[in-house]
Amino acid sequence: MSAAAPAPASGSGPSSARRIVGAVIHQPYIWAIVALLLLLIINLVKDPSYLGVSVNAATGNLSGNVIDILRASAPIMMIAIGMTLVIATRGIDLSVGSVMAVSGAVSMEFMNNSGGGDAGTAIMAAALALGISAVLGTVNGVLVSVVGLQPFITTLITMLAGRGLAKVITSGQNTSATNEPFRWLANGTVFGFPVIFVIGAVIVAIVAILVRRTALGLMIESIGINPRAARMAGIRPIGILISVYIVSAVLAGIAGIFSTASVMTVEVAKTGLNAEMDAILAVVIGGTSLAGGKFSLTGSVIGALLIATLDKTIVFLSIPSSATPAFKAIVIVVICLLQSQRVRALFARRRSRTTPSAPVPTRKETVSA
Amino acid sequence: MSTLIDRPTQGAPATPKRSLRSRLTPNLETLPTLAAVVIFIGMVIYGEIAYGRIVQFSTISNLLINNSYLIILAVGLTFVILTGGVDLSVGAVIAISSLVGVMLANAGWNPGVVMVLMVLIGSAFGIASGVLVQYFNVQPFIATLAMMFLARGLASMLSTTPERLDDDSPIRALSTEWKVVDGPKINDLITTPNVLIAALVVIVAFFVLHKTRLGRTVYAIGGSEQSALLMGLPVVRTKLLVYVISGTLAGLAAVVYTSKLGIAQNITGVGWELDAIAAVIIGGTLLTGGAGFVLGSVIGALVLGLMNVLITRDGSIPPEATTIITGGILLVFVLLQRLVVSRKRKT
Repeated sequence: MSAAAPAPASGSGPSSARRIVGAVIHQPYIWAIVALLLLLIINLVKDPSYLGVSVNAATGNLSGNVIDILRASAPIMMIAIGMTLVIATRGIDLSVGSVMAVSGAVSMEFMNNSGGGDAGTAIMAAALALGISAVLGTVNGVLVSVVGLQPFITTLITMLAGRGLAKVITSGQNTSATNEPFRWLANGTVFGFPVIFVIGAVIVAIVAILVRRTALGLMIESIGINPRAARMAGIRPIGILISVYIVSAVLAGIAGIFSTASVMTVEVAKTGLNAEMDAILAVVIGGTSLAGGKFSLTGSVIGALLIATLDKTIVFLSIPSSATPAFKAIVIVVICLLQSQRVRALFARRRSRTTPSAPVPTRKETVSA
Repeated sequence: MSTLIDRPTQGAPATPKRSLRSRLTPNLETLPTLAAVVIFIGMVIYGEIAYGRIVQFSTISNLLINNSYLIILAVGLTFVILTGGVDLSVGAVIAISSLVGVMLANAGWNPGVVMVLMVLIGSAFGIASGVLVQYFNVQPFIATLAMMFLARGLASMLSTTPERLDDDSPIRALSTEWKVVDGPKINDLITTPNVLIAALVVIVAFFVLHKTRLGRTVYAIGGSEQSALLMGLPVVRTKLLVYVISGTLAGLAAVVYTSKLGIAQNITGVGWELDAIAAVIIGGTLLTGGAGFVLGSVIGALVLGLMNVLITRDGSIPPEATTIITGGILLVFVLLQRLVVSRKRKT
């Protein structure tokens, strides 16, 4: 590729941009970024105007494929962020998809029964949905931390029971409701951007500040790296574990509101189905190990964007959307292979055999792509 | 280990109580499995009293016929879970395997070849999972999740509509009903080749796990992979093999399921991996590996099956609540296991 073009820019002294690029290149989520760019290039090849964003002069709303991707990525981003924290403590949360369904069912059922179309009803519905999500999260957290059950089984139980709960709440029906303020959450815009994405970004920022600007993130990581050592260092695992599962469930509740608000219907059997798999995928793609410990929120956000882009690309290339899992599988396998020690060692050996300057062009290539 | 082998099987509930207790006391690991048996018997008694017509030939036959595929899946997963892994791909493997099978059979392929191919499709996915786990250090959860997505996606590419197997296809012969005991009216003891296949799978798996070196290696890996390596056990080969076993049995379950229903679809088997995992856990196998029994998983599968029967019989329980009850039963079992594990640590 055009290795020479960016060279003068980055060669003009130790610029901060270069340092950032240097830092990013060594992140585990670099391959996710590469995959994301590749997908966008594939879309561009199919339609050169793919990345175009148009501004609606009357309303000031932005529209375009990229905006659609941002909109679609918001729910995945929510559950991926919660999942990242849970996975960092050596746990896993399989219940997020069911919590999404419960949250959607509660809010739709509430609005349907109250019949009010005002903002107050919408806020009450959302608060109720998030409250019940938090209760489910507490159940997970208590079972994992106090009782000491394995996270996999605990959340499998809440996953099964949650799906049933959602069905019981709506008595098995796919409840619909009409409420403009609630609908605005998913379909409205703020400063031209989709509300759903703005809220998502704000929540991600809040979580990031909470865990990275306080000691909370370190505590979560230490529990994941070595629970016993963490306890001896004076970290109380119970409180942190419970709050991590509550955060995950509440974020799943938000994702549930997002995904039901766009159609104003909860499909009890379908809402959030396999969402936990998507979230885990986003986390792993983002470079957080399922074995717990160090986590990367940025990586998970990129992972969520990648999954949303993949979903949209499949539709854009007019491949039947039911085939999407196969492409997800290819992405996981490739990224996991690239992250695995064996393949890295293979690369390293090959690189050392060629000239020492060999890594430089590869680095430039990723930058210019 | 000897207590494991000598453990009375579920088929012999008539064993005197005292000898049962004396045999089990030194090995608390058997308690969850025993609890599963007790709860199963309790469910049977409750069902008989509350709804009637549970302890009779036709109900028992149907329980076995309807759950033979789940039993096969649970047996396969027992191997994987005993090593401390997990296989999420089995449900999706059933979808692709049965879809390919039905399409090839309808295209005029030899049914025998088709059935072998269906099993081999499962093996292929198992090999792929195993290679990812063993050679590329991908976590079992992610590796088998990838295979689940791949299998489901490929199945959806093949067809998104139900594919119907011709009624006179020889594959359907596997679900011919043989009357073993001709009872009054419809109360017959019926069995199908499918049930016999499931029984054979259970017997072979029991033999492999408890009587062969492979089985002992599986338990050893689950106990501590590091120690197993240091003892010079073939860890790499065995870990690869358990995924192949699980995949192959998923392929076999696809044959059984297809022959029973005669229909294959890309959404067949959604969530069955969780049913099978639940069956294994209910049967007393620890998810961390190292402890558990094949026969326990069989009981686990039957508990789930019987629960569905009871819920249908009851009629007043809304079908929506089924999964809540499954979750509740699962919770009771894992709490019991937890109790056992903590008691064992104290002693």
